[in-house]
Amino acid sequence: MDWGTLHVFIGGVNKHSTSIGKVWVTVLFIFRVMILVVAAQEVWGDEQEDFVCNTLQPGCRNVCYDHFFPVSHIRLWALQLIFVSTPALLVAMHVAYYRHEAARRFRRGETRSEFKDLEDIKRQKVRIKGSLWWTYTSSIFFRIVFEAAFMYVFYFLYNGYHLPWVLKCGIQPCPNLVDCFISRPTEKTVFTIFMISASVICMLLNVAELCYLLLKVCFRRSKRAQTQKAAPNHALKESKQNEMNELISEGGQNAITVFPS
Amino acid sequence: MSWMVLRDLLGGVNTSSTGIGRIWLAVLFVFRLLVYKVAAEHVWKEEQREFECNVRQPGCANVCFDYFFPISQVRLWALQLIMVSTPSLLVVLHVAYRAGREKKQRRKLRASPGAVGGGLWCIYLISLVVKAGFEIGFLALFYKLYGGFRVPRLLKCDRKPCPRTVDCFVSRPTEKTVFTLFLAGASCLCVVLNVTELSFLVLKCFTKCCLQNHSTRLQPSACERHELRGPGAAPGALLRLATGTARGGETTLLRDARGVAKAKPAAPSHKT
Repeated sequence: MDWGTLHVFIGGVNKHSTSIGKVWVTVLFIFRVMILVVAAQEVWGDEQEDFVCNTLQPGCRNVCYDHFFPVSHIRLWALQLIFVSTPALLVAMHVAYYRHEAARRFRRGETRSEFKDLEDIKRQKVRIKGSLWWTYTSSIFFRIVFEAAFMYVFYFLYNGYHLPWVLKCGIQPCPNLVDCFISRPTEKTVFTIFMISASVICMLLNVAELCYLLLKVCFRRSKRAQTQKAAPNHALKESKQNEMNELISEGGQNAITVFPS
Repeated sequence: MSWMVLRDLLGGVNTSSTGIGRIWLAVLFVFRLLVYKVAAEHVWKEEQREFECNVRQPGCANVCFDYFFPISQVRLWALQLIMVSTPSLLVVLHVAYRAGREKKQRRKLRASPGAVGGGLWCIYLISLVVKAGFEIGFLALFYKLYGGFRVPRLLKCDRKPCPRTVDCFVSRPTEKTVFTLFLAGASCLCVVLNVTELSFLVLKCFTKCCLQNHSTRLQPSACERHELRGPGAAPGALLRLATGTARGGETTLLRDARGVAKAKPAAPSHKT
């Protein structure tokens, strides 16, 4: 069980996403998951071992490390990536439900003209419209919320995105204010800024996708409204012509009755 | 042998589950297995090496660690994940067994219209009860062993060979507390999903039984003419039919009941 499994889950949804959604998945897996697994975990691997405090007091190092790093950067990023990927599962479930319903209707013989066979239903790309549009849009909204929330938590926990090379710690059982030294602070700062930037890019992509979907719907609705406006004028003319025809025919009949031969 | 084997085995559960069962599976995979593997395991990696006691007495740290952490939290979670997944595997085995039997007998096994339940439905229901039981059992065990879901920063230990009550410091207590609470929360969510699915299935069965009894009282032959199962049903469809999610069968039954009720004055001879 690893990031590959998540890739399998999300990859399936990718087929039904917009182009911006596909770019988002690529950025997510290449610039965030891969960097996390290949590089960042190596950098943070020895974070507690090489966290050194200028004291021999047992327990001081543990306590100071826990105070300055309540949750490790690596774990916070891992949780962020899991939460940000999860809304796509909603879309996957909706698509699976849609396919299940389509297969059921096909078996009953209702949609034989639309699909050749059951495999065709599975292969066909599902369009983002109707209730799926709402599911997809909600998933993008939640993605944005999760990204923003985690970035805020990160900023709040570590007072910014920069790691200092020395920390002052005076918590019990440390006998006085001791100096504690983080391992590889510059490298960690570089990776932190990189991951935050990738997170910002992903958020911008999600916002762009959301705007694109909303604009598309507005454009479709205005086009439909225009078509309806043109069609009622034609329908009005027809109904008026029908009324006149009826009047003429009634008048003719009355003429016959009023003027019997 | 790794978590991948469990993942592959559980993948087959998806086809034999209801909608809520699939959500349960997604929560299990994403919020528990994945979080456990990519995050929680690493947090507890150096737990004994980093467990420090304020004394130089050899053996004191070992004894105190063993006293406060008889079973490591990560191992307990691993056990919980395995035990909780096992009932679903039994359902998969049962489905495979039924499919094998159908193949052998070269005919489709038909569920009798009167028996709204059926073997597969009962097995599925039992698996839900067992799953919920395991979840609650492990949560209770966790609470009892560690006195709650918080990991303290400092522990006082006076076990032999420690010369007196010494201070022992746990490594990464805050991070461990965060993940303990997260995994406990995910476990509670799974319990809620199991209970919801159980109630949903029992309610559907009850509704279906009432409808069947009603239509049997009005015109038994209508029930005999119509079958709950359509042709070409797979084991997964069998479960859906047995659990009443096959709306076609239900609506047919409802239509019959209404149609028969209307036809009642015209055909009094069919009354029982």
